[in-house]
Amino acid sequence: MRFKGRVWKFGSDVDTDAIIPARYLNTSDPEELARHCMEDVDLSFAEKVKQGDIIFAGKNFGCGSSREHAPIAIKAAGISCVVARSFARIFYRNSFNMALPIMECPEAVDVTEEGDDVEIDLDRGEIINHTRNKTFNCQSIPPFMQELVESGGLMGYVTKKIR
Amino acid sequence: MGMTITEKILADHAGEREVEPGQILNVRVDIALGNDITAPIAIKEFKKVGALKVFDREKIVLLSDHFVPNKDIKSADQAKLIRDFAKEHDLTYYYEVGEMGIEHVLLPEKGIVLPGDLVIGADSHTCTYGALGAFSTGVGSTDLAAAMISGEAWLRVPETIKFVYTGKLNKWVSGKDLILYTIGDIGVDGALYKAMEFTGDVIENLPMASRFTMANMAIEAGGKNGIVVPDKITEEYVTNRAKREYKFYSSDKDARYCDVKEYDVSKIEPQVAFPHLPENTKGISEVGNIPIDQVVIGSCTNGRLEDMRTAARILKGRKAAPYTRLIIIPATQWVYRQSMKEGLFDIFLDANAAISTPTCGPCLGGHMGVLAKGERALATTNRNFVGRMGDPESEVYLANPAIAAASAVLGRIGSPEELQNPGEIDEI
Repeated sequence: MRFKGRVWKFGSDVDTDAIIPARYLNTSDPEELARHCMEDVDLSFAEKVKQGDIIFAGKNFGCGSSREHAPIAIKAAGISCVVARSFARIFYRNSFNMALPIMECPEAVDVTEEGDDVEIDLDRGEIINHTRNKTFNCQSIPPFMQELVESGGLMGYVTKKIR
Repeated sequence: MGMTITEKILADHAGEREVEPGQILNVRVDIALGNDITAPIAIKEFKKVGALKVFDREKIVLLSDHFVPNKDIKSADQAKLIRDFAKEHDLTYYYEVGEMGIEHVLLPEKGIVLPGDLVIGADSHTCTYGALGAFSTGVGSTDLAAAMISGEAWLRVPETIKFVYTGKLNKWVSGKDLILYTIGDIGVDGALYKAMEFTGDVIENLPMASRFTMANMAIEAGGKNGIVVPDKITEEYVTNRAKREYKFYSSDKDARYCDVKEYDVSKIEPQVAFPHLPENTKGISEVGNIPIDQVVIGSCTNGRLEDMRTAARILKGRKAAPYTRLIIIPATQWVYRQSMKEGLFDIFLDANAAISTPTCGPCLGGHMGVLAKGERALATTNRNFVGRMGDPESEVYLANPAIAAASAVLGRIGSPEELQNPGEIDEI
């Protein structure tokens, strides 16, 4: 899988209330959640973000609640991939379970700035920052996680196993 | 090589003799839990893949606790989705408004979760049950959907950090202060992906309510689970509640720990976490003058009977300061009734407190105490992120119930020791 897009950069410890405030959790409709994605950090984020754009963030991205509404909102807002120094664990597993591509790569986060033009090759674990003319190799994901992604997420994996 | 309690429970539920950190296991789940925010997505996923039956109707717990009694039409729709599903699959553990409570207080109270269990819950504070000596962790809605079908979940065996608490607890210091202090020390990702095992003579003598509070906030340090090796105090708690077998696990003497943290609790005073992260902790003596608009006493962290009693001790014969809203939320119907029977409600009402039916409500800015722009609350809850209790420009400070009650009376963040006639506090 390959993605190419513009970068939106966030700091460390971006929590799930920042990604999707709890006041919108009385629905699970992806379109509606997307409209409020990152609202308390950047009120106009949902309007500005374009299909395929990529989020870069500091450490512990997605900390806090287990709400899957967070990766759902990010995906539905058009984000193709999230790159962070590290992820909070429930956000990490939720992303794999629902097949939102994410990567841990501190080196790439340090160098990349908002608005940069970035390309990601998920299979090779490669991040290419065209604006800065730099390429980064990230930790590859464990085989089990790859299997999850290839099955289209956990539900695909489970139903395949049962049948 | 020895194993930790976390590794032993995981190994047993994966059918393995031994496991080690980093291994990814497929485990058998004893209880899978969902609430009115997370279960609707799980139910939709369940239906989407054409599943017809749950794996075991006695091992799934569904209840609405976040936005109930239904705060608006959309919340009512979500609660209905859960109710209809529970009815259709004849789930043993479904609780309606009027018999429910905040999930993480209710499940131990009803004896649904027991020592040695492996529990996954689509709620981050599912880690609470580690206080019983269970392996328990928060997951997402898709995990819940998969577990409802297969009875299994995938888990990576976490490394364990051992926390050792020794010394004599200071006055007004409870489990809430120990865990806030710990998070202040290691940071909100200090235990990322890891198990937090709470040990030491302080923990061995700590009442269950405080143990629940500590395990509850393991997630606030990024932890996968918090856990206490079960003992006599655990046995006393579960013996009359359990309706099935349970098992006490313990850590081997030569178990592997990736880190050991030791704390002399005699140096720990009541803690307050400042906005906007639980790691921003200060001792109560360093807080300074911080006026507050609202106090919330409740939640899965501190809504237990012991918390109600502590608040009542301080509020007896006192009133909330002018223009300070005091909201008290017993976490379950049992806590509610017991508080009433013990006369705590009279004390609360005399103190001008609003007493709410059990709900997560204000903790996540849902309802029953949402903050306006520029307002500031002190709460016994677990998170103080930007906008957590309402407007993005409001603030939440976290503390224990004694500090919360005293602060309501003072109209600013403060200790029971600062009240007039503090000597009268011990009477009740």
